[in-house]
Amino acid sequence: MSAPVSSVADAQQIRELIVRMLQRAGSGHAGGPLGMADLFAVLYRQVLQHNPHRPQWEHRDRVVLSNGHTCPVLYATLALHDYFPEEELWQLRRLHAELQGHPHQKEAWGIETSSGPLGQGVSQAVGMAVAAKFLHRKHHIYCFSSDGEHQEGQVWEAYLAGAKYAVDNMTILIDRNYTQISGVTEQVMPLDPLKDKISAFGWRVYEINGHDHEAIFHALQEAKADGEPSVIIAYTEPGHGVSFMEGKFSWHDYHASPAEARRALNEVQSLDNTLENLHHD
Amino acid sequence: MIKYHISRSDFVSAPLSSIRDGFGEALVELGRKHWNVVTVMADLGGSLRMQAFAEQFPERAFEVGVAEQNMIGMAAGMAKEGLIPFAGSFAAFSPGRTFDQIRVSVCYSNNPVKVVGGHAGVTVGPDGATHQMCEDLAMMRALPNIEIVVPSDGPSAIALTEATALREYPAYIRLSRAKSKALLSAKAVKFGEVTQLKPGQDVTLITMGVLVDRTMQLAFDLEDEGISAEVLLVSTLKPLEEKALIAAAKRTGRVVTLEEHQKYNGLGSAVAEVLSQHAPTPMEIIGIEDTFGESGQSEELLDAYGFERSHLLKRVLQFAARTQ
Repeated sequence: MSAPVSSVADAQQIRELIVRMLQRAGSGHAGGPLGMADLFAVLYRQVLQHNPHRPQWEHRDRVVLSNGHTCPVLYATLALHDYFPEEELWQLRRLHAELQGHPHQKEAWGIETSSGPLGQGVSQAVGMAVAAKFLHRKHHIYCFSSDGEHQEGQVWEAYLAGAKYAVDNMTILIDRNYTQISGVTEQVMPLDPLKDKISAFGWRVYEINGHDHEAIFHALQEAKADGEPSVIIAYTEPGHGVSFMEGKFSWHDYHASPAEARRALNEVQSLDNTLENLHHD
Repeated sequence: MIKYHISRSDFVSAPLSSIRDGFGEALVELGRKHWNVVTVMADLGGSLRMQAFAEQFPERAFEVGVAEQNMIGMAAGMAKEGLIPFAGSFAAFSPGRTFDQIRVSVCYSNNPVKVVGGHAGVTVGPDGATHQMCEDLAMMRALPNIEIVVPSDGPSAIALTEATALREYPAYIRLSRAKSKALLSAKAVKFGEVTQLKPGQDVTLITMGVLVDRTMQLAFDLEDEGISAEVLLVSTLKPLEEKALIAAAKRTGRVVTLEEHQKYNGLGSAVAEVLSQHAPTPMEIIGIEDTFGESGQSEELLDAYGFERSHLLKRVLQFAARTQ
C-alpha cells in the first residue's frame, strides 16, 4: 500500500478498503463505516498519540469503538496504519479470522475492546478514563458511538458517571447520521435535541460536519484541551462516498451485487476529496 | 480435595458468622496489600460490606449510583487498564440485569472483573421474590472464562475473596445476607478444590453456601438413622474439582446435592453433568422447585422451600431406600 500523506488521502483509502472488505466478506455494515471514514482518518493521522509498532505502549491514546457494528472503518484504519497486514481485511467474518464480524478485544492489533451489543463501550471508556486519572497517566480516551446507540440507557448511565468523575481525558465522537437499522432515528425513537440532552448531563458538546477534515481536527483539539468531559456530535451522511448508498438506511447492512460493488469502488476511488470540496459538503 | 472433618460437637458449638462481613474484611486486607484493588458500587456498598474499604481507601472506591450495567462496563474498562475491580450489587441486579455486560465487556474480552452478587437466594428474606435471586448461578455457569465462587461462612469468604482477587480471570462471587455457622478456616478451603467436611460410606451429600449448616445437620440425622453420610462442600462451582466428585460417587454410590438456587442449572446440574459422563450414579437434586420465593424470615423460607430438617431427612431416606 502506498503511504498516504494526508488525512484526505487516508479517508479515500479507508473507504476503498471498506468496500473491498465488505464485498469479500459478503456481509457486514456499510453505511456507518463509510460515513465515519473522515473521523477515523483525521483522528489517526493528525491527533492520536499512538505507535503501531508498540500497540500496547501504556501511554498510547485509547480508541474504543462502542458502535461495534461499524468495525470495518476501524479495521481499515488499523490496516492503513500497519497494525496488521492488509491481507487480514480479506478474511473479515471468515472462520478462524482474527477480524471478527464485531470487534474482539486484541490490543496487539489496536482493537481496544469487544463491542457489538450497544452501550457497553461508553461505560468501558469511562472506566478506562477513570483508571487513567487514578494511575496519573496523561493519555486520552476516544470513544466512538452512534446516534442510534444513544437509545440505550447504559449510555446515559455512563454520561452520569463521566460527569461525576470529571473525565476531562475522554472525548466521545457521535456519528450523527440520523439512521439506524430500521429507519430514521427521529421516527424510530427521537433523540433530538441531542446536544441539549448531553449538555444537561454535564458534558461539553461540539457540533461539526463529520466530513470536514479541518473541522474534525479543530474539534478534536478543543475537546482534548477544554478541561471537561467532551462530546463531538459529527453530522455525517451514511454511505458517504458511494452515491447509491448515501443517506439510505437500507444500506446500514451491506448487500451489494458484484456490479454495485464495482460501481462503489469506482466511486470511492474517484472521490474528489479536496479539502475545499469537503468544506462545502 | 481437602479433608477437614467437623465432628458433631464442633458443629453444635460453632458460632454464627457472616459471609458478607468476611468478604468486607478480605477487601480491606486486599486493599492494604495491593494498590490496584478497587471497588465499584451501585448504591449497595453498605449492604455488601464494601464500606470499610471505601473508608480506608476513598480514592479507590467508585460509586456509580443505581446503574448496574454501567458499573460492570466501567469495571471492565478499569480491569483492562490493570486494576482489580470488585463490582458489587445485589445478585438480583447484577448479574440479574448485567448479563450482557458480563458476557461481552467482561468474559468475551477476559477482563478480570470480580462481579460480586450479594443477598443471593431466598435467605435474603422479607424483601421477597424480586430480590431472592435463585437464577444467578445458571446465568454465570453458561458463560465462558468466568470463575464462580460461593463462600459458605465468614472464614471461607475471607480466604476465597483473597484467592479470587489474585487470579487473572473474571469471577462471580456469590454472597448471602443470612449468617451461617463458622465451620471452616482458611486452611479448609482452597480455590478449585472440594472440601470433605465429613466422611461417610452410604451416601454423599454435596452442598454450597449457607446450606452447609442444614446439610451437616442432615448428615448427623442420617447417622442417627443408621446411614453413614459423607459431606462435600463446593466452594468454586467453576472450576469444579471433578475428580473429587467422581471418586466420592464411586465410594458411596449415591449422591444428593443441596443448593439455595433453582434446581436447574446450578450445583445439581453441574454435578450431574460430571457424574453422568464419568461415573453414572443415582442422584437426588434438592433446590428451589422451579418457583419464585416470597417474603419471610430466612430460616422460615428455607423451611418453606424444601430445606426443612425432617423433610430433608425423609427425602434422603426415601432416596436411599429407592437405591438399595
